[in-house]
Amino acid sequence: MFSTKNFNRSKPVLFILILFPSLLWAYQFVTGNLGVNPIEKLMDELGLMALRLIILTLMITTLSNIKSLKSIVVLRRMIGLFAFYYVCLHFSTYIVLDHFLDMQFIIQDIIKRPFITFGFISFLFLIPLASTSTNNMIKRLGFKLWKKIHYLIYPVAILASMHFYVLVRADKTEPVIYMGIIILLLLHRIFKRLTRPQLAQ
Amino acid sequence: MKILGSEITPYKTYLNRRKFIKGSLASAMLATVTSSAFANHESDPSIYSKNLNENDKLNSYEEITTYNNFYEFGTHKKHPHLNSGNFKPRPWTIKIDGLVKKPQTFDLEKILSNVTIEDRVYRLRCVEAWSMVIPWQGFQLSELIKMVEPLSSAKYVQFVTVFRPEEMPGQQKRTIIWPYREGLRMDEAMNPLTILATGLYGHEMPNQNGAPIRLVVPWKYGFKSIKSIVEIRFLDTQPETSWETLAPWEYGFYANVNPNVNHPRWSQGTERRIGEFKRRETLMFNGYEKEVAHLYKDLDLTKFY
Repeated sequence: MFSTKNFNRSKPVLFILILFPSLLWAYQFVTGNLGVNPIEKLMDELGLMALRLIILTLMITTLSNIKSLKSIVVLRRMIGLFAFYYVCLHFSTYIVLDHFLDMQFIIQDIIKRPFITFGFISFLFLIPLASTSTNNMIKRLGFKLWKKIHYLIYPVAILASMHFYVLVRADKTEPVIYMGIIILLLLHRIFKRLTRPQLAQ
Repeated sequence: MKILGSEITPYKTYLNRRKFIKGSLASAMLATVTSSAFANHESDPSIYSKNLNENDKLNSYEEITTYNNFYEFGTHKKHPHLNSGNFKPRPWTIKIDGLVKKPQTFDLEKILSNVTIEDRVYRLRCVEAWSMVIPWQGFQLSELIKMVEPLSSAKYVQFVTVFRPEEMPGQQKRTIIWPYREGLRMDEAMNPLTILATGLYGHEMPNQNGAPIRLVVPWKYGFKSIKSIVEIRFLDTQPETSWETLAPWEYGFYANVNPNVNHPRWSQGTERRIGEFKRRETLMFNGYEKEVAHLYKDLDLTKFY
């Protein structure tokens, strides 16, 4: 049931499912149906979606340790690239819609406000991941180096969740849940390394 | 959805019913309203135009009542609108205590029968760098203060929001320390700009905006304008305020709108006026510099933010 073939078959459906929210929000934004403060709403939705997808890629790796779910890993690249897609939309909403390309202001904002600094670094770290996500690149870099680069997903996830955590003013429940999930997923990896070092290669 | 009394009652009847409106100002208001008989203020905001600054445009009733920070009903902007249906703002009493001649508990109706309700169109600037323009109805806080005769030792006024977790679902969670508290220096409280608001757009104050009575201090960040007030205390020392207690490095007692003093999370130099696409420059004291700057001439505003 959970064969590589079936996971590959589910890709087009998954593709549309993950793409759909961005199209919906764009439509709602243009037609004025994103509420009273549409730019803020758009930015929040895009950012949250990106964070969730980042966490999902980490989860997929963990799930692929289960023998029967081993092939699920074929979905990871697409979801990772979608995470990058949503981060890009989130970041460009901030630059273009929120601050209207006022670069001086934006640079100040990135330097001075820790939560924006976290978000920005997280975005920067995602760029090498996204740009080395083809089979060809894996071949060119060699699997070992490629894998090393892709360890960047850990700081990406941590910084992205911190970005969210610092942003929230009082009720931190939601960002804490995301942070908790990320920590659990990381702990699982550390545990695996310690107990079965031969798998770490 | 909750239907407001004023939505089903013709506006003129509604005004007449509210007996506290009296005196020449009230008749002037009625005259204005008669000219647009049976119109809600929302559908005919032109009656506010004389109070409106030329650079400002009123925000709509919908904007003002569906996008709120009122954590007693939840932390999302939509929550106060969605979760405040069970809140009962009548009957209502306000306890006045501390350094006053006659500490007492007033029925709200009694206070309202002794003051003049007037229209005040104010900009409201949230610390989160968004703003609105709101047509309030209310009366000067100074009128109430004069009524209760504070002692000369009273230097500060503290305000307390109602605590009713069964009607205010947000209070069932300890997001902040309930009840919400705010405070002003006596001269700030006596400033003619400072009002206690009981309505907006000619409606009784909607639950999500702080029914039945709330403070409005237009030159300070929105969180100073405490909602659903049940207690007012006169003190000789600076009172604790909710946000300052929760995060003193982010929120100060004064919380004056100031584009030159940044919040660690938001630059305060610009703001998004709800309904507008491009950001605006934030004005010193939210544009009320002329009226209030003198209050702070001896104060280092970067230190006392």
